[in-house]
Amino acid sequence: MSRLNVVLVLLLMACALALIQSQHRSRTYFVELERLKKQAHRLDEQWGQLQLEQSTWANPARVDTLARTRLGLIAPPNDRVRIETLAPAP
Amino acid sequence: MNYHSKKLLKLNLAPWRMATVGGLLLAGLTVVAGRAFYLQGLNTDYLQGKGDAVANRNLTLPAQRGQVTDRHGQLLAISTPVESLWARPAELKLTAAQQAQLAKVLGVSASDLSKRMARKTRGEFSVQRPVTPEQAVKIAAMGVPGLHLRREFRRYYPAGEVAAHVVGFTNVDDLGQEGVERAYQDWLAGREGQRQIQRDRRGNTIRDLAPIKTAQLGGNLALALDLNIQYLAHRELAAAIATHKAQGGSVVVLDAKTGEILALANQPIFNPNNRHNYQPGPMRNRAVIDTFEPGSTIKPFVAAAVLERGLLHPGSVIDTPETWRVGTKLVRDVHPHPQMTVSEIIQKSSNVGAVKLAMSLTPHQYWDVLHRAGFGELPGSGFPGESAGRLRDAATWKPVEHATMAYGYGLSVSLLQLSRAYMAFANDGEVMPLSFLKREPQEITGVRVFSPSVAREVRAMMETVTQEGGTGTRTRVPGYRVAGKTGTAHKLVDGRYAPDRYLSSFVGMAPASNPRLIIGVVIDEPSGGVYYGGSVAGPVFAQVMAASLRQLALPPDAPETATRMTQNALRAGGGA
Repeated sequence: MSRLNVVLVLLLMACALALIQSQHRSRTYFVELERLKKQAHRLDEQWGQLQLEQSTWANPARVDTLARTRLGLIAPPNDRVRIETLAPAP
Repeated sequence: MNYHSKKLLKLNLAPWRMATVGGLLLAGLTVVAGRAFYLQGLNTDYLQGKGDAVANRNLTLPAQRGQVTDRHGQLLAISTPVESLWARPAELKLTAAQQAQLAKVLGVSASDLSKRMARKTRGEFSVQRPVTPEQAVKIAAMGVPGLHLRREFRRYYPAGEVAAHVVGFTNVDDLGQEGVERAYQDWLAGREGQRQIQRDRRGNTIRDLAPIKTAQLGGNLALALDLNIQYLAHRELAAAIATHKAQGGSVVVLDAKTGEILALANQPIFNPNNRHNYQPGPMRNRAVIDTFEPGSTIKPFVAAAVLERGLLHPGSVIDTPETWRVGTKLVRDVHPHPQMTVSEIIQKSSNVGAVKLAMSLTPHQYWDVLHRAGFGELPGSGFPGESAGRLRDAATWKPVEHATMAYGYGLSVSLLQLSRAYMAFANDGEVMPLSFLKREPQEITGVRVFSPSVAREVRAMMETVTQEGGTGTRTRVPGYRVAGKTGTAHKLVDGRYAPDRYLSSFVGMAPASNPRLIIGVVIDEPSGGVYYGGSVAGPVFAQVMAASLRQLALPPDAPETATRMTQNALRAGGGA
């Protein structure tokens, strides 16, 4: 009888320790998850800002002005355009 | 136990002393127990609440509004988080030196800032929204009590004024106010999420107290708009408005095969990124909301109505005197010819000819064609506030109205509606439903308005408009066959037609052999001397059409021109 009690007490101790252990692990993982969530969120925001930046640089009005002024590009006049029709593949 | 039995313990104590001590102890115990019961039992909700208030937090998970892009994925609207600076007057402790530093960081004058900070609002007020990320870092480093940064979403429109009328804009609370932002508010707006968490002493999240209600992000939207074509339309329209000193104008570019709206530009414009100068005038999408009397651009529908009845064919000759009387109204031609074919009536835009054609039909027969083409009905683009124009019932037409209706007076249309109706000629008689959203070609079915043969015959007539002797010779596009119709209409001012105020318009399509694009142009009150549709709106059409065809890489369908260009190119290449 008393032997059984000793075994049960030991078992109980083991369970209690395991509970502490798993609780601790759950907390650590939770903190890690929170950190990653925050990071994902931050990266999302950054992605949005980069998209915004890219589209601001690629704005047709800006490209048009730069092409004309800085690069000196012009649309080819029609007499300088040659249209090629591809012969159907044999 | 009997204390009296042991000698040693026998004390001569008065019994009342025992009773007093025992009573005091009991009373103390009762007080403690009572207090415990009071705290644990009666007052538990209040105290539990206090405790939770320290450790538990209800978080609102913000939902980002969806993006709007053009058909190729170019951004037109995006929400991105920004910091804004808020002050809580009750806690604010700002020294004079700090205030000077803050003014420097924000880039405002010291007096302006002190005026802003002097506000005595209960709660809090915004000092500056938004602030740049660099400013935010500097302000946070100052650590002024009562000043804090708050994160909020702000809507940006990278294309700015170029696509402003189509995309529209949102207000401070992120609600769509105009355009697509308003039409698709429910789709674009996300739904906020909720989360209950417990925090430790240092503010770290320890655990969730309830299942997380995830925030639902707003849906993204791909418009039918092609930003490149949109920019070209915007640029050419702005140039024409400046050249002709006009009040305003609009350009609509439609895909004739799918009914998609590839570009829609208006003048005057507004900048959707700047909400401070809110003026309703420039924000109006004129092409969709404003109506005008179409003038001669209605004539192809007269021709179609006549051909459809089998009364005449394109080559039938009609007497067209210089003037023609209908009731009290004298209809007059600017460039009279004694006789014209039906095709020439369209080519030279003869009012007398058009009236004679229309009068050969009953009012109901003519009304039926206009009605089928969508006049007087909502064009169905889904744009907020789109207008249906006006087409009165045939039973109420007087003969004079029947006549004026033949050259586009007495009914009103929007530019989008008119361009949509021209789809019937471009698409062999079938009108596709309009769409501001990008869509797959297989998912649409059109409405048949004319038979394919009638549509092709009228298209051939409209092609002569751009040829030698037509009213639209300035609408030609090198390498492509173009069909279209010019329009010049007197404006109604205070119920009378102003003799010197006009609306110049042109609606056309290319390549005429198998039209892919329809472009409608209207210029409001050109006052630079020229006012004919072919001279004012025509060149805008030609420029936008040429650039759009190149953008879409459509093969030229005017072989003789193409050949000539090849030889020229060879010569130029050889000489260089």
